Order: sequence, then structure tokens, then C-alpha cells
Amino acid sequence: MSSTDSRAAIFAAIRANRPKIQPPLPDVPLFDEKAPSDLVTAFSEMLVKMGGKVLDPQGQDPISALRAAVADKGIIATCVPELHGDASLQIRQILPDMDPHSLADVEIGVVRAAFGVAETGSLCLTDDELIVNTSGYLPQHLIVLLDPSQIVANLHNAYRRPELREHKYAVFQTGPSATADIEGVLIHGAQGVRSLRVLFCPEQD
Amino acid sequence: MSIENQTAPTTPAGRTNDGAPANLTHGAGASVTMPARGPEPQPRGAIIRGNHPIDQQEAARRFMAAPQHLAMHDQRLWDLRKKRDGQKEIIEEWEDLRQLASDIKTHTLTHLDTYLEQFEKNAIANGVKVHWAKDAAEHNSIVAEILRSKNAKSLIKSKSMLTEECGFREAMAHEGVTVVETDLGERIQQLDNENPSHVVVPAVHKLRTDVAEVFAKTLGSDPNNSDVSYLTEQQREHTRPLILKADAGMTGCNFAVAETGSVVVCTNEGNADLSANTTGLHIVSMGIEKIIPNLNSLAVFVRMLSRSALGSPITQYTSHFRGPRRGAEMHIVIVDNGRTDRLGLEKFWTSLKCIRCGACMNTCPVFRRSGGLSYGATYAGPIGLIIDPTFNRHKYSTLPFSSTMNGSCTNVCPVKINIHEQIADWRQVLAENHEIPAFKKSMMKAAGALLASPKLYRASLPMADSALRHLPRFVLYNKLNTWTRGREMPHVPKETFHQWYKRTRGVDGKKK
Ligand code: SF4
Repeated sequence: MSSTDSRAAIFAAIRANRPKIQPPLPDVPLFDEKAPSDLVTAFSEMLVKMGGKVLDPQGQDPISALRAAVADKGIIATCVPELHGDASLQIRQILPDMDPHSLADVEIGVVRAAFGVAETGSLCLTDDELIVNTSGYLPQHLIVLLDPSQIVANLHNAYRRPELREHKYAVFQTGPSATADIEGVLIHGAQGVRSLRVLFCPEQD
Repeated sequence: MSIENQTAPTTPAGRTNDGAPANLTHGAGASVTMPARGPEPQPRGAIIRGNHPIDQQEAARRFMAAPQHLAMHDQRLWDLRKKRDGQKEIIEEWEDLRQLASDIKTHTLTHLDTYLEQFEKNAIANGVKVHWAKDAAEHNSIVAEILRSKNAKSLIKSKSMLTEECGFREAMAHEGVTVVETDLGERIQQLDNENPSHVVVPAVHKLRTDVAEVFAKTLGSDPNNSDVSYLTEQQREHTRPLILKADAGMTGCNFAVAETGSVVVCTNEGNADLSANTTGLHIVSMGIEKIIPNLNSLAVFVRMLSRSALGSPITQYTSHFRGPRRGAEMHIVIVDNGRTDRLGLEKFWTSLKCIRCGACMNTCPVFRRSGGLSYGATYAGPIGLIIDPTFNRHKYSTLPFSSTMNGSCTNVCPVKINIHEQIADWRQVLAENHEIPAFKKSMMKAAGALLASPKLYRASLPMADSALRHLPRFVLYNKLNTWTRGREMPHVPKETFHQWYKRTRGVDGKKK
């Protein structure tokens, strides 16, 4: 059987066997009437519960804090303009034509999130932000810049954002890679990044 | 870790996040500290004898004769169930979400042709190549052909129950393709040459000492070191070069969105993203029932899946693949393999609503006491009881009897499948088809009168539940239900679904 024959056979079987009822598709409410007014705090709390951390600038401006966090840590791959051109750091600027494998030796990746989700502490990273998709997965650690004005209350709001329709690839990343496949003991860094920190930092124009 | 610059945050359980890894409780992590157990030889699964009916109880007896394994398994899964309850309590709209999830699935399954067409059209427009497979063999040969066309000899993949159903790894071995599972639990099972025992946590039946033994044999790790961080790190170090060297990547599909043509994959490890994004070829295996209409529907399922499965608000990674990366290829193989037949089964078609969260397994006293491998089928636990017989009525004819009929599976199911009622219906169907072994028939009769009357049956549930809490052992462990023999009964939900429904909706079904 060719795939086309199988396609026809599958559709014929569905039409023959499908229950002959026509229940409507329900409307999905936003469920956000009771959303917290301070989404930054709500987001941060969930992020921490999910194993992520907030990178506290401790009085410095966010970019200085970012520089301090990556100084002397090995190879830094960055998708964001904020760190470009600093000769004192081992910066590798991620460019669209890079081989996905070329990020395997990176210690810390730095990327900006399109937006955050307060309900789950998730960050939306798209192929635009990641430039090379593996920049979210092959580095040992990830630092994500998030514009505090770009946080939605919950997943219903998140799925109404344009990113999920427009991009070939988009991920809700929530904390670092984690596994509890052996006796429920939770370990960070099963395959992807071992740690994830979020730096609140408005997007530059 | 050397890159901290803030004070230690606190996890929900009130423990520090920066100390020993064992203190982490988010995601799939246990909310309790599990005592060190083992070593103890690992009880193996059901003995498969061709097409003979599976003797689940024989395998279950062996599992229960391994006290360390039994205690860990039971504690771990019950903890997941409790974590799920914790999430349900926080989300005010939980029951509304369950109803929405159920209604969306019912709508989609009754309009399956329309949504599949829409999905296909959008996926193709996004640059994806779409293939259709009537059965497992066709799925495997389509994938083999795609790999051949790219001269791909090594494949990294994330967990997929559909590929388990298709016997995919064995088929690829015949094609000379090396398959590497990248999910830790699934990799453990692959290295041990054993099937996954649970849809979400594939190696949950293994003690850390079992894993140490498997890794020592296959990865050359220290056989005497069963520290979980060490074992996980061994696997990371071993798998990473294989990921970087692989020719192709493969993922399953949790949801396929008709409106956008995207496939959505949920993992905690980020291994699906690595599998899909590292090589120039991404192949997706997808069952026809994974379709949902749109992104607004997707929100409902993403909110429910991980909460029901692990009691975690969301998986660490929820990944949306809408098309190939620049310079790469993306293929989706859409598979029937018995699903259209199931759609035509009047009493059982709603089992296609299943999102494979595993909540019914975690809550099931039989599953927790016998381990998923005792079912000798791709799908174990309550959902397995109602879909395995659709694959082979004879071989899996005994499985619908591996239930205490306490109804807890139905109560926790996020898409409201009437699992325990379907189990009862299967018993009847199999009896009518003479697929039931003689020793089960007496049980059927005893349960028959009760099950024949839905009203009587419902009335019996809460009684059975309180009996589980209060009655002395000799009453509980009578011969009527073979499943109480040798088993301690678990905690039972305070309220059954029907009680809840009556309380909150009244008799006329309107919300109070
Ligand atoms: S039947 Fe329901 S509870 Fe069981 S795995 Fe499927 S969706 Fe989850």
C-alpha cells in the first residue's frame, strides 16, 4: 500500500466508523479574572518553584549584573545584542548560519524570551530569539532576559499571543532540564541545560 | 555550581533549592524523601507465550514477592497521585477544565476527518512532508525509507508510546539503523532490553540499584555506585556524544493543532528539543487521535497534562514544532494502527480521548502493586485494560479483570473517560465472545448482578471505598475478588465521581 492509498483508507474508515453525533466545540474562557495584579512577582515565584532562579542585579544595572554573572565562566554564546562587542568576555555571537552542533562547547547561553507566563513560570523562546535552536539546549547553563512588561497571566493568554502562530519553532521553557526517572529523585540537567536564570531587563530599541 | 549570585530560594516543600539534589521537589520530583532501598533482584514482567492470554496475576505475584520494589513503586506512584491532588486543589477551575478537555476531545473525534484534513493542509503549507500509515509495519517502513533517502544510520529519539506500539526499535535494528532513546527512563529500559512500564515514567519499577547494574553492564559505570546524581550524569555524558553524532532525530507528538499545523511535544528533560533541533532531519510519529482543533484548545490540555501526570504545573519543556528549520527537513507520519476500528466501537471509542497522562495508573491499586510490565502489553494500568483488547482480544482477554473496580481511575482522568465502566463492559464483551477463562467466570457472575444495574453499582462504590478504609482484613481479603488476595488496599478518594457530580450538579446535571 502506498501512503496515498493508506490516506484514503484511513479517511474512509473514519467516515464509516465515526460516531454519528455532532457535539459543538466549546468556547475556552481565559480564566484570568482572579489573576494576580503583580505578574512579575507571580512569575518569579513560579519560576523558582520550577527550579529556575531570578538573577538579582543587586543594585547594579541589569547589563552589568549580566556581565558579572558570565565573566570568567568559559565560552558564552549570546543571542542578544546586550553583550556583543565586549572584548573582556569569551563571547561567541550566535549567527543564523551556524551549525547547530557548534554550540556543544558553550558554558553559558544568553537569550531573550519573547514573553513569560506567570501561571507556570514559563519563558517563551522562539526560533527568532534562539537564532540557532540548539542555543537553548546545548549550553550547560542558560540565562534568559525577560522584559517585565511581557508577562501574561496564564496559558490561555499565552496561546492567544502571535508567537505560536508565526514561528516554525517555539518552546515554553520552565526552569532547567530535569528528570526524576530514577526513584523520583529530581536531578537538574538530564540532557539540556543544568540551570536557568532569568534577568528582568526591558528590551532595548 | 559556581554561578550563583542570590540567596537560596525555597521550594514548595520548604526546602532549599541549592543543597543536595535530593531536596528538589518540583517537576517530576517526589514530594517526599524516598528511603534508600535495595539491592534486590528486579522482578521481571509477564511471561509472553505467543498468543496465549497474559497471566497478569502470575507476574504480579512475583512483583509483590519483591518487597523493596513493591514498596518503592507504590510509594512513588501514590506520591504522584497526591501531587496531582495538590494541583487540583490550587486550580479553582479544575473541574471546568476537565469538562472542557472532555468536550473538546469528543468534538474532535466526531469530526476527525475534517480536522485531519485541516492539519495536513496547514502542515504542508508550513513545509512539512506528511505521510499516512495504516498500521505499525507501514509506519516503520515509511520511517526506514525517509532515513534511507538521507543515508541516515543513526537516530536519536524522544519517548513515544506509538513507536512502542509499532515495535519501532526492533524494526530499525533490521534496517541497520542505530536508535538512541534520549529520555532517561526510556534509555534505561532500552539498555535493559525491557519495555517501558509506565507511559510517563518508563523505569518507575526499577530501584536505583537496578539502574546501577544496567549502566555498569552497558555504559561501564561503577556497579557499586547507585547514587542517582551519579547515574543521571553517567547517562548524560554517554548520550551527549551520540546526540551530536546522530544523522536524524525523531519525536512523538502529544498534541497536533489543526489550526496551525503544529505538533506539540512535552518533556521534562528537553530531550525532544535536542532530538529535533540538532540534526537536519526531524521525523514525528503521530497517532490520528492526537489532533485538537486550535491553540485555545491546546491551552486546556497543556494546563491539565503535567498536573494530572506528575502534579507539576507544566512540563519543563512544552515545544511547538510548526515547520522545518531553515535548511532542515521535517516529516510527520500519521498513523492509524487500529484507531479507526476503535472509533467504531460504540462502548469504547471514547478511550481515544486519552492524553496518556498516566494518572489512572498512578491511582490504580492493582497497577501500583503489580508494576506495568505485569500486563504484558504496550499499555498497562486502567487505560491499558480498555485499549489492549482492541489490539488482540484473545491475548489480552484477562486484562480487564485486573481491576478492583473502585472507580478511582475515572475520577482522576483529565478527559473524563469512564474507564471503570468500560472495564466492566469489556468483561461482558469478552464473556460473550467466550474469551474468558473458566476461573474468571464465577467472578463475572458475582459481579454481574451488581454491574447489570447502574444504580446499584453506583451505590456500591462509596461503600466499597469506606470498606477499604475501615473493614478488617479478613472481610476485605475474601475470595470474591481475586485482586484483593495478598494485597494491602490503598487509600481511596474521599468522593467518587458520581458523588461529586450529584453533590455539585444535582440530579438534573445543572451546576449548583
Ligand atoms: S485514561 Fe485518562 S487518566 Fe488514564 S492515561 Fe489516559 S488521560 Fe490519563
